[in-house]
Amino acid sequence: MAYVIKKTGVLIISLVLISLLAFLAFQIIPADPTTKILGTDYTPEKAEALREQLGLNDPLPARYLNWLKGLISGDPGISYSYFMPVKEVMQGKIQVTAALSLFSWVLVMLFSIPMGIILARFQGGHLERTGIVLNQVFMAVPPFFLGMLFTYLFGLVLQWFTPGGYVPFSAGFGKAMGYLFFPALAIAIPKAAKTAKLLRSSILNEMNKDYVRTAYSRGNSRWAVLRDHVLRNAMLPVITYLAMSLADTVAGSIIVEQVFALPGLGRLLLSSIGNRDFPVAQCIVVIIAFIVIFMNYLADIVTQYVDPRVRLN
Amino acid sequence: MKHYLKDKNFKAGLIITGLMVLVILIGLFWTPYDPNAMSGSEKLQGPSAAHWFGTDNFGRDIFSRVVQGAGATFLIAAATVAIGLVVGLIIGGLTGYYGGLLDEILMRIADSILAFPSILLALVMIAILGKGKYNIILALGLLFIPSFARIVRTEVAKQKNTDYVRNAKLMGAGDMRILFIHIMPNIIPVLLSSVAIGFNNAVLSEASMSYLGMGVQPPDPSLGRMLSEAQGYLFQAPWYAIFTGVAIILLILGFGLLSEGMGGE
Amino acid sequence: MKKRFVAVLLALAMVLALAACTGNKPGPVDPGTVEPDAPGEPIEGGEISVGLYNDLDASLDPHMSSSSAATREILFNIFEGLVKPDSDGNLVPAIAESYSANAGADEYTFKLRQGVKFHNGKDVTADDVVYSLSRAAGLETGEPLVSDVAGIESVTKTDGTTIVIKLKKPDTEFLAHITTAIIPEGHDPLSEVIGTGPFKFVSRVVQDNIVLEKFDEYWGEPAHLDKVTLKIIENSETLVMSLRGGSVDMAVRLNASQIPTLTNMNILEGSSNIVQALYLNNAVKPFDDVRVRQALCYAIDKHEVIDLASDGYGTALGSSMFPAFGKYFMPELTDYYTKDIDKAKELLAEAGYPDGFEFTITVPSNMKMHVDVAQAIENLLQPVGITAHIDQVEWATWYSDAYQGRKFEATVIGMDAHGVAASDLLARFVSGSAKNFINFNSPAYDAAYNAAVSTIDDAEQTARFKECETILAEEAANVYIQDGASFVAMAKDLGGFEFYPLYVLDLSKIYRTK
Repeated sequence: MAYVIKKTGVLIISLVLISLLAFLAFQIIPADPTTKILGTDYTPEKAEALREQLGLNDPLPARYLNWLKGLISGDPGISYSYFMPVKEVMQGKIQVTAALSLFSWVLVMLFSIPMGIILARFQGGHLERTGIVLNQVFMAVPPFFLGMLFTYLFGLVLQWFTPGGYVPFSAGFGKAMGYLFFPALAIAIPKAAKTAKLLRSSILNEMNKDYVRTAYSRGNSRWAVLRDHVLRNAMLPVITYLAMSLADTVAGSIIVEQVFALPGLGRLLLSSIGNRDFPVAQCIVVIIAFIVIFMNYLADIVTQYVDPRVRLN
Repeated sequence: MKHYLKDKNFKAGLIITGLMVLVILIGLFWTPYDPNAMSGSEKLQGPSAAHWFGTDNFGRDIFSRVVQGAGATFLIAAATVAIGLVVGLIIGGLTGYYGGLLDEILMRIADSILAFPSILLALVMIAILGKGKYNIILALGLLFIPSFARIVRTEVAKQKNTDYVRNAKLMGAGDMRILFIHIMPNIIPVLLSSVAIGFNNAVLSEASMSYLGMGVQPPDPSLGRMLSEAQGYLFQAPWYAIFTGVAIILLILGFGLLSEGMGGE
Repeated sequence: MKKRFVAVLLALAMVLALAACTGNKPGPVDPGTVEPDAPGEPIEGGEISVGLYNDLDASLDPHMSSSSAATREILFNIFEGLVKPDSDGNLVPAIAESYSANAGADEYTFKLRQGVKFHNGKDVTADDVVYSLSRAAGLETGEPLVSDVAGIESVTKTDGTTIVIKLKKPDTEFLAHITTAIIPEGHDPLSEVIGTGPFKFVSRVVQDNIVLEKFDEYWGEPAHLDKVTLKIIENSETLVMSLRGGSVDMAVRLNASQIPTLTNMNILEGSSNIVQALYLNNAVKPFDDVRVRQALCYAIDKHEVIDLASDGYGTALGSSMFPAFGKYFMPELTDYYTKDIDKAKELLAEAGYPDGFEFTITVPSNMKMHVDVAQAIENLLQPVGITAHIDQVEWATWYSDAYQGRKFEATVIGMDAHGVAASDLLARFVSGSAKNFINFNSPAYDAAYNAAVSTIDDAEQTARFKECETILAEEAANVYIQDGASFVAMAKDLGGFEFYPLYVLDLSKIYRTK
């Protein structure tokens, strides 16, 4: 329990630090939103009034605290490009990215665990050799290229899905998830290949340990040893890795959303960076950063729960 | 070096990377066509004897452009890794050798940076620096520092307590001399593997950023940017995207195998 | 039906004469790849989705968004002015039932149509008109929101249905400018989008979609469709994929190179009605030197650019005027400069750049037509030793930095006209004009332009406007390229699309057939 409390403390400190860093990062950039918002309407007096209204004249620490307060209460400021609350600009977009990342994360697990086990189980055979070569290639494919191949093959040639035809969740959960399948797959495959490789070597590592030899000596088959003894231990590093890879699938979505024209955070992040709409960019970066930190935290807690040895360290 | 050659991964990686580098080197002096020569009458042609990989929407020879683009991507990756490696060596070397509070703080920072998806950080950096070839090198280079620093630090800390270092100290060698003349050569094997994986990551990151329009800008060549252009012609000219994509995969795969063969990730 | 209301005075005849000249509107032309199926019988109702590669402006205030053509062409369906253009370029009465002008062309009287309703169900009154026009012309603040109506001195209602507009000086083209949207009195369009058009605004998700619905109480010919979803797909590649895949029913202003992919759709070809050019910032080095600008004109063969970037579709231009403007268009300027590399090098050497120079072309990344032209230009400039870098930026950044902030060296973009009035295209090059984003400065031009707009003699005016066009060509203000071909892709069961000689997408005419 003390461990959880300690980790939670670290979590909160990290979150505050990250929010500060994200805030400062976007303060470095010289950008005066008033010219952008006012456009041809610009006069120095109007600009001054607007700066006052947006709180840009406050000292830096006050602006940070205001922004943090807004962020926590769900009102992270005003978009410079759209001059409406950031919350409204982001409306509906978090769900798309969240669904896509989670979906691909689930796919990573569905593919990687059986694949890793099979590769370890058939160590030395032809199946393993072919599997490993394929695995290496999959690890090297950029998700956005995979997305393009899927668009061509399954979208244009076979017409299994409609490129660009994303349907929002309001039109039905099944339909939306159906469209998200190929984007999720494109993100998941390279990630799953890496995870499978990790699981395989983790298993092979365990197989050399004493307790495995003992198990063998009792006349258990390789499969039985693997299933009953090795897997639990071999999964430990993989669980940590999987927890952390949710962050990677979120990052993967940023790119793959472009390929499939998904109205998620990725497109918004890119355009807000391009348009120097920093309240929006800042908010998205912080959201993703929070997810990363939180997943690392969860990974720590889960590992500790599954493997009491960690507690001793 | 020799014992690496027994490793199948290393051999495969060496062959793939070697071939790519060879093609890139030849491409510096000769390509079948001028990669930038446009031709209104030869747009979007399929692969043929005249145009091995076909032509793009401006009638440019895709093979020549892929070779040029691979060269550009390779150079960007090399520059990126160089920045990460040099700065990483200095920071990692010093913190590993001296230890202490600064070491603790720097490594904590490195860890938290490493926990983040690099593409997100690269986007933030580009937001600050602006787009373009040199900024993408700088942004990715800075992002690569922590991982190199981390590895160097661990190795240096290990070597610090070995006999030969103690001997050198007894003989009155200065800290800098010990660090850079005695210790550094011994961590090269470990570094080589990290350099390979660094190349692997750099190629992927550059391609991703340029695909998103946040990296290399036209007319500078880049495989990632070509891929984003190719996307609009997927139906008419799928070969455009496929050949470009395969070139990216080969670069990434080659370095990945090399790193693995040298006992990396 | 519209003709019933036409009551025009002599002073306005010239406007209509002009419109008649533009009657040769581009009709459906087969670009050679697709045979458009004859549209079947219209059926009422149904919904479609239209792909847009530009998100609309942040503000849908019809008086604010007077600058982004992409926004205006959508707002055309939601808002109406006293008059509005039809697909022949004629100005037809809309909220006004009839109009007249005095002989001096500085006072216009409008009679309001009865029974016109706002989308919120309220009737349009004279007070709404006075409010809207005063707001747009900035009569109270002194700062006009819409430059078209900046010439208004006063707007008064003389009775419940009559509006009198006094101008600061005579303007024979005023009618083309009075298409400015009428909104409810006291209403702030930022809070709610309320107009009188055939479609009403329902909802908007930024960078994703805008939903319009048929307005049942529309005064005129009602829309065929019940609902239109505008889907924002800023990546032109993805837009083509979406059309190809069938998730979007229609898109306008496509590039020739995007068409061969769309074998599943009907393709119509028209013209974009824009002046696409490599616009040069005349205030920055080296473009402040006319010889450098001319060198660029000699180096860049516009016909070659059209071949490379637009597959040969598009009308080459030589000045800031396109063919839909009929009598104002001067085809003889098109090849004022013909490709001559030696001449270009000579001019560069004279200007002090014997080895060429480097510059940056800023171009909105979502507009493939302009990005492709920029790439072709970059290529054609290499032989004279000029290196062009292409900076692809987000549309909003292009608009705020390059256009409004004038922070650019060169840009490829298209300029359109709000109405069929020559001044719409030419006013921006008067020195000191707020729209003069290229910082063009020519006393001769200013004189010719002022002479054109102060006369009420049509022949004199036309001659003066032509003088303006000639000066733009001579001074090589910009490297003029083309009025790009505009392809419209529609699902095979859609019909009713009409090309306008303006930058307009009229959704009310579109119908489903099956």
